[in-house]
Amino acid sequence: MITVNGREIAGAEGKMLSDVMEAQGFDRKRIAVERNGLVIPRNKHALTQLADGDHLEVVTFVGGG
Amino acid sequence: MALVSKEAVYKELCRRQGKEVQDTLLAGRAAVAGLGGLGSTIAIALARAGVGHLHLIDFDRVDLSNLNRQQYRISDIGELKTEVMAKTIAEINPLVQVRVDTVKVTPENFAGIFKDDAVIAEAFDLPEAKAMLADGFFTHYPERYLVSGSGMAGYGSGNTMETRKVARHFYLCGDGSTGMDQAGLMAPRVGICAAQEANMVVRLLLGIETV
Repeated sequence: MITVNGREIAGAEGKMLSDVMEAQGFDRKRIAVERNGLVIPRNKHALTQLADGDHLEVVTFVGGG
Repeated sequence: MALVSKEAVYKELCRRQGKEVQDTLLAGRAAVAGLGGLGSTIAIALARAGVGHLHLIDFDRVDLSNLNRQQYRISDIGELKTEVMAKTIAEINPLVQVRVDTVKVTPENFAGIFKDDAVIAEAFDLPEAKAMLADGFFTHYPERYLVSGSGMAGYGSGNTMETRKVARHFYLCGDGSTGMDQAGLMAPRVGICAAQEANMVVRLLLGIETV
């Protein structure tokens, strides 16, 4: 099982991080994705295959500064 | 204007935090990426705390619309934010060495701009720019520290804002959800987020990684 922001996602094992982010409705231009404690840069999302037990934390930035 | 020696400023800073803490901060290097409501407030807080090397990055000029929350004055309108902030800091703490880059940060120039900075405080306004900065950071400098801000618009409770350690070397301040498309930006709440970021930068420069 893979969790995204604490929620279990079925059937994501073996899929690419970029595909899972899009399937979960995240806007990839506004997020930072952490996998098991390490942030994965955007250009690695399409190369990163998810494995059983992965914990993803997705930060969606909102505007203001 | 009263003349104050650098030595007097140094002594006064040491009197408050102790020489060891102050010397560590004076040797510290921090970048502030963006000099709007967050960045101008972060930069001044770090200068007052005596962080010795501040690297300020912004491409913009001061505009009337900035004055509701940013640390500029009517007389600054039309001037480059980097230059105004460098002058302001020189009058607050002459021990601080300020370096400015008046440039828009892009994925292409990222590595060169931030090559000397131990800690980066993200202070952009657009979510895409915040994400781009995080992306550049973890592509080029994952062993350094990034302190970012997200969710500070409006005048909701200040108690919903916090500093969170999101990942290794990555800290996020703010409420995480209230964007400028939902509510206008206002000085107090932007200031809380800025102060949280500045405090985390100080902690990291002092070797403390917990929030």
